[in-house]
Amino acid sequence: MTGFLAKWQTACDALDQPWQPQLSMTHTHEKTAQLPQVTEPRNPGTALDLDWVLSARANRSAIERRAASLPARRSVKKAHQAAWLCRAVSCIDLTTLSGDDTEDRVRRLCAKAAHPIRRDIAAAIGMEALTVGAVCVYHDMVPAAVAALAQTGIPVAAVSTGFPAGLSPFHLRVAEIGESVKAGASEIDIVISRRHVLTGNWQALYDEMRAFRAACGEAHVKAILATGELGTLENVARASLVCMMAGADFIKTSTGKESVNATLPVSLVMMRAIRDYHDQTGFRIGYKPAGGISKAKDAISYLAMIKEELGDRWLRPDLFRFGASSLLGDIERQLEHHVTGAYSASWRHAMG
Amino acid sequence: MQIPEIFDRMEYGTAPETAADALAWLVDQGDRFGHFINGAFTEPGAVFDSVSPATGETLACITQATSAEVDAAVRAARRAQAGWARLGGAGRSRHLYAIARLMQKHARLLAVLETLDNGKPIREARDVDIPLAQRHFYFHAGMAQIMDTEMPDRVAIGVCGQIVPWNFPLLMLAWKIAPALAAGNTVVLKPAEYTSLTALCFADICRQAGLPKGVVNIVTGDGAVGEMITAHDGVDKIAFTGSTEVGRAIRATTAGRGKALTLELGGKSPYIVFDDADIDSAVEGLVDAIWFNQGQVCCAGSRLLLHAPIAERFEDKLRRRMAKLRVGDPLDKSIDVGAVVHPVQKARIAELVATALPETVYQPCEMPQSGCFYPPTYISGLSPSDPLMQEEIFGPVLVSTTFRTPSEAVELANNTRYGLAATVWSENINLALDIAPKLACGVVWINGTNMFDAAAGFGGVKESGFGREGGWEGMAAYTRAKTKTTKIKPVQAITSGTGTTINEGIDRTAKLYIGGKQARPDGGYSQPVFGKGGKLIAHVPIAGRKDVRNAVEAARGAKAWSASTAHLRAQILYYIGENLEARAGEFANRINQMTGRRDGAREVSQSVDALFRFAAWADKFDGQTRAVPMRGVALAMREPVGVIGALCCDARPLLGLVTVMASALAMGNRVVLAASAPYPLSATDFYQVLDTSDVPAGVVNILTGPHADLAEPMASHADLDAMWCFSSTDLSGEIERLSAGNLKRTWVNNGQDTDYGATSVRRFLDAATEIKTVWVPYGV
Repeated sequence: MTGFLAKWQTACDALDQPWQPQLSMTHTHEKTAQLPQVTEPRNPGTALDLDWVLSARANRSAIERRAASLPARRSVKKAHQAAWLCRAVSCIDLTTLSGDDTEDRVRRLCAKAAHPIRRDIAAAIGMEALTVGAVCVYHDMVPAAVAALAQTGIPVAAVSTGFPAGLSPFHLRVAEIGESVKAGASEIDIVISRRHVLTGNWQALYDEMRAFRAACGEAHVKAILATGELGTLENVARASLVCMMAGADFIKTSTGKESVNATLPVSLVMMRAIRDYHDQTGFRIGYKPAGGISKAKDAISYLAMIKEELGDRWLRPDLFRFGASSLLGDIERQLEHHVTGAYSASWRHAMG
Repeated sequence: MQIPEIFDRMEYGTAPETAADALAWLVDQGDRFGHFINGAFTEPGAVFDSVSPATGETLACITQATSAEVDAAVRAARRAQAGWARLGGAGRSRHLYAIARLMQKHARLLAVLETLDNGKPIREARDVDIPLAQRHFYFHAGMAQIMDTEMPDRVAIGVCGQIVPWNFPLLMLAWKIAPALAAGNTVVLKPAEYTSLTALCFADICRQAGLPKGVVNIVTGDGAVGEMITAHDGVDKIAFTGSTEVGRAIRATTAGRGKALTLELGGKSPYIVFDDADIDSAVEGLVDAIWFNQGQVCCAGSRLLLHAPIAERFEDKLRRRMAKLRVGDPLDKSIDVGAVVHPVQKARIAELVATALPETVYQPCEMPQSGCFYPPTYISGLSPSDPLMQEEIFGPVLVSTTFRTPSEAVELANNTRYGLAATVWSENINLALDIAPKLACGVVWINGTNMFDAAAGFGGVKESGFGREGGWEGMAAYTRAKTKTTKIKPVQAITSGTGTTINEGIDRTAKLYIGGKQARPDGGYSQPVFGKGGKLIAHVPIAGRKDVRNAVEAARGAKAWSASTAHLRAQILYYIGENLEARAGEFANRINQMTGRRDGAREVSQSVDALFRFAAWADKFDGQTRAVPMRGVALAMREPVGVIGALCCDARPLLGLVTVMASALAMGNRVVLAASAPYPLSATDFYQVLDTSDVPAGVVNILTGPHADLAEPMASHADLDAMWCFSSTDLSGEIERLSAGNLKRTWVNNGQDTDYGATSVRRFLDAATEIKTVWVPYGV
């Protein structure tokens, strides 16, 4: 064992407190069917297992080949396509994360979240009750969103911890989580410190994630890895594992602010990490690709990849979300085409 | 099913590609096909049905060719050939380009036809077969364009008979026709009887492209038609892709008839996974390796070799992955595994799998109710001695065993009669690049599998056949040297005259040279060698079967030579030259003495030149990287053929021997050389030069005796990788025929004289090497 590995092993052994899965099949919440705690035992995390983390491999060329061939291997047509697109809608975290967000803008978005599909189209396909998975906003917009969604059962997610760069003082990042939870956010999307990954400081990443998870309390935590800034797919695999070990409920690709956001290859790596974590611990971690998914066809590819790599259980909003703002518009047009047989136009669908 | 229900269940449903256009095309052609000869379709004759394996429906009626029709096709090709070659590279290029363009325009028709006829998933026909076939024509349009300047000393071979299999009907057609046409040949091609439709559609494309009449001829029918083509005197080259059994028969049929031959045959390719691999990707790779095209792929990664530390985890992941494979209607775009080509094949697969213990057979997939389907199958925990680990199954059946160390992985991988392809999964570049050259095969894929491109050579070693398709080497296989050859005259030794000896000093005993030692012949017989005036000069041993056996064994054992550096090999060849030069007078006298000629000094000087020339080339006749469409490198590595046996030139006892030896050694081969039969003493003198030149034991072995007696044990020896014949005794046919046993590479003179001069260097070096393509995709 090299000196480096040995050091990590020691660190690991020191931490070797056998983790106790806390199978708190927690409180039911009849309004928020999307929330993980309803159906899954929540991931308590594990000790940091550096042997496992460092043995993770990700061969980029092979992963890209799989990602490229999968959409060509799985074609979903007609009624199935419409149903799959509805499934995609149910998994969208409808998002606005702009400097010019206002309460009104957020209220508009929330109205769209509750009725994502034009009502006549929803009726024609028997999906009147369809809503998106959640609404995702900055902290200051949380109260407006919570109020707007009060009767809908749609949860509010807040991006946090100095989003998007995550470089504000650590205590403020932790405090920000508490503020958002207090304001009514039931899901917190945290950003990890990319430098911990880039410097190989897995312990620091683990500790940070542990602290964020603790600060979330009952609120669910999605760990944003900012995969576009991690340099290699191997780092993506390792960061995924560390965040899950530290108690993440979801792992998420991107803030949407990096130059490269969600991609199928990155998704494949993260999904496989989730699968391994489930194999090892029995806990199902959710997956959220975010940024850059704007076409209905892409949404189907992601769903197919989930189905193939993780299985049907993950095709539910408690274990899968799209972080997207413009995807819904394209899906609406496709659904109208399904109903009428004619291609649609964007202005025929209400904006959010 | 209603949308809310699907929303809940999230099933894929069906996504069928329409067959309407392809079926309409068949109707337009009358549903009955004749052959395509001399630019036109002939009237259908005695027909058989072409059946869709997925449904059992008859798609069309195909004509069984008669020998008169094969004659007509060969005649048409012959008539067209000179004009086609004269058209020049640029002119041919335009035709190939037009074919490529038309294949693109008719891409979906070709893909659907292929799927209907063969049973392969439409996704594969659409995304793999047809695009690769087009790519082959584009690539070779370019080859034609530059042939005149880049291959100035090569010309077309003539009329090529081409026989392609049913697993990739159009793609294999493209692999055969594109390079043949680019080089200026004309062709008579026979598609497999199960799958003739895309070849006939291609014929139609040739017509649309305005290809001159007779350049491409397609005749249909079963193996009997194939035999007519291979046996036809009007065919100059045979290119065959198919089973090893048929390949062997073709080798025997064509033996001694002066036909060029390339064979791309069966395989049982290893798929090696090391413990540092990206396991999930390696599992996924198996889907492309053995469940691609229902496993009906000659280079399918059908033998899974698992590194012990990860075996259990890998198998668990593999089983789960298999359960996700979707088997069914090949026209459904979401199907992974389609129909097996024919009930006969299905029965053969089932028969082989039935030999396994039932508890070792894993078949998790849901199967269609009807049609010719065979389930994806995994058979675990086999040992190398199990027939399922040795026999090519040619179906969606994966077998596995485990290994402990990298060297054991190599041993297991090479423990087969075949040598087509191999796959290696490891994230460690040291390991992967160390293993790749040690695998006895023509193609190695690192961290990937079944990657193909027109720019990269494809083909096998051992009983997977010889010749390459794709790349420069593939183009070379459709050309021959421009040089004219002359008929070789039988060389007779000087016979006994006065019977007195001219040996005046102490008696010198010429012996065989085996494993670095002088050896007496096993049979204990010698023959006299007479010089000018019929005087007895010496006796040489008459080598027999056991001497051949010993020599091959010694050569096989000297494997370190093949792993030595080119610099070292060059140094030793130079040193041999230096030592020969030091004894030039003696060697010249010997030649003059044996031959009664006076050109001994010149021959010695030419021999020293040859040694220096091949020493020079040792570290320069190197490989290339190929521009394949991938982020990564495809290395075309030149590897030694292995152990080469040769019947050396009779007339030039030193130059012939030295040229063969030097070219082979320069490239890292070991040799068993049968000395000039009439003038053997130059060879027996020469081993003393070898002894003083640091040539490792076993690298060069020298036998003496009649070539006719040595040809049989050498050509039939299963551990000789190649057999060359430059003898003035007519043995070419026998050597080619006997070489069919282990499908050794042959280079025979067909009764023609051989050029040993500077211009023939590449010919020797090419024969002494085999190109292995190593695909190394990379990226982090």
